[in-house]
Amino acid sequence: MNRWIDQGKSWLETRFPVIEFWNNHLAKYYAPKNLNFWYLFGSLAILMFVIQVITGIFLAMNYKPTAETAFASVEYIMRDVNWGWLIRYLHSTGASFFFIVIYLHMFRALLYGSYGKPRELLWVFGMLLFVLLMAEAFMGYLLPWGQMSYWGAQVIISLFGAIPYIGGDLALWIRGDFVIADATLNRFFAFHVIALPLVLVGLVVLHLIALHRVGSNNPDGIEIKAKKDKSGVPLDGIPFHPYFTIKDMLGVIVFLMIFAMVVFYYPEMGGWFLEKDNFVPADPLKTPEHITPLWYFTPFYAILRAVPDKFLGVMCMGASIAVLFALPWLDRSPVRSIRYRGPIYKVALTIFIVSFIGLGYLGTVAATPIATNFSRLFSVLYFAFFLLMPYYTKIDKTKQPPDRVT
Amino acid sequence: MKNIAALLLVLFSNIVMGATTSHALEAANIDPDDTESLKRGAKYFADYCLNCHSVALMRYSRVGSDLGIDDVTLEDMMIFTGAKVGDLMQISLEAEDAKQWFGTKPPDLSVIARSRGVDWLYVFLRSFYKDESRPWGVNNEVFKDVAMPHVLWELQGLQVATYNDVLGDDGVSRKLISGLKLVEPGKVTPDEYNQVVRDIVNFLHYVGEPAKSTRLQLGKWVILYLALFFVLMYFVKKEYWKDVKK
Repeated sequence: MNRWIDQGKSWLETRFPVIEFWNNHLAKYYAPKNLNFWYLFGSLAILMFVIQVITGIFLAMNYKPTAETAFASVEYIMRDVNWGWLIRYLHSTGASFFFIVIYLHMFRALLYGSYGKPRELLWVFGMLLFVLLMAEAFMGYLLPWGQMSYWGAQVIISLFGAIPYIGGDLALWIRGDFVIADATLNRFFAFHVIALPLVLVGLVVLHLIALHRVGSNNPDGIEIKAKKDKSGVPLDGIPFHPYFTIKDMLGVIVFLMIFAMVVFYYPEMGGWFLEKDNFVPADPLKTPEHITPLWYFTPFYAILRAVPDKFLGVMCMGASIAVLFALPWLDRSPVRSIRYRGPIYKVALTIFIVSFIGLGYLGTVAATPIATNFSRLFSVLYFAFFLLMPYYTKIDKTKQPPDRVT
Repeated sequence: MKNIAALLLVLFSNIVMGATTSHALEAANIDPDDTESLKRGAKYFADYCLNCHSVALMRYSRVGSDLGIDDVTLEDMMIFTGAKVGDLMQISLEAEDAKQWFGTKPPDLSVIARSRGVDWLYVFLRSFYKDESRPWGVNNEVFKDVAMPHVLWELQGLQVATYNDVLGDDGVSRKLISGLKLVEPGKVTPDEYNQVVRDIVNFLHYVGEPAKSTRLQLGKWVILYLALFFVLMYFVKKEYWKDVKK
């Protein structure tokens, strides 16, 4: 019996590297043993992606992407499709949770300097994933065809119109009509269910290949590969499987409990995850009083509104995302982790987080003069964090990190 | 410091504004588990609302099965159009006619409780008052110049508005509604009328998300299952991590 299994294994392995893959990426892939809470969010991001894909497939079986039928088909899913309400709430809540997870995942990188050499490409692939995820969420939000879907898309697409010379034609080309209409809905559906998910899968693979090439950073921000035993295993490394697969499982369960609380008890989250106005069918002739994007876009939206000129505003919003790509080259600190950084970086990071959350809040409220002034202040602080980084990380008083992880 | 105070003011005012309209709404206090209230609400809705307002995303049969009403009773109670019990709750009013009669097409009410909120609906249906300048002789305190006539007039009776003079920021004095007073009593007392409206709002709340009660019941079991799973996994993790040296 055992012989047969061994023979089967070797037959397969000579033709397809299952065991080799298992060892390279799980059983003999060594991760630092001191990875903490913040290192959960990578696994959770994969979990969210899987949840969105699976629920998305079932939604697409019943959703009808035309201006005439979209709104009603979503309610059809909520009422007439067996368990349709659950699938829909998992997907709508999932979108917001995906962003919560991704923002915390990115924050972890800021805390422990995970983008630093040699992890620049890992960070760049991650940023590409973030940008594409925003596009994916934006297009998905049009599909329920409610008032907020419609007018949110109208506002964002019209931003392209601010680009000189080609802007008007570009916006028209994206919409496929002079306003958001049936043609837009149809193409957004195509992008949302196939084009962007395909690219996302590809980028996740690149992100993981890059990660497994350099290995995980850790809360001490030191290289575990610098100290290996005779057989070449890092002294502070432990196999990803079973140690981190099991530890992550624990995290996944806690996360799913929180997720389930929202899905079953607060799927609208007081209007933050499902907006009230989106229960009114899209009406091209009736502009809602107050158009806001969903919460995960509002920090960037606030930067857009903080600038008086529309084109410059669009440029600043673009720059606020683009500047993140440059992070690995802006940071000149000799240490990675917040644990060994000096006071200047700690203060700078705190100001940045306050500004980011502040902008996120201001992006949801009406643009009163006071709110606009605060948006401007926070926007300046947001950019200052990045643009002054080469200077303040260099002069900051850092501590000497330990030789081995703590 | 001034700016911080101003920001706090903005934050705070937004929380207050979050309740949709400018003045605080009286709570509807509906009980979604009260099947009798839902049945009465369904009946009032069919009698008074369903001629002009469709609930086109909902089927009669779903109302029947959720509220425990058999098909024959359901037909007697709610269906006056020759529709079948499995049909969607459509109306026979043509959009063109509606535009001519009311100036606008009465909205579909399938998810109105989710967009307006139950408290707003509760206040709205109790806030019609006499206003001869309007086509139907009534106006509404929370929805100014609404195109809808006071269809529940025979039940509630007729209210008139009382006014206060309020000095605006610009120094001009304006008359603002301070309250509504019942001048012509209807078939039911004000308390009974409140209950009628509460029943209708309860029904609209149910219709807005018929799966809600299932959702609320199921949630605790899912979370309990995960909690038990967590306890097991916790010990598995502890066992595995025993051999990882600090």
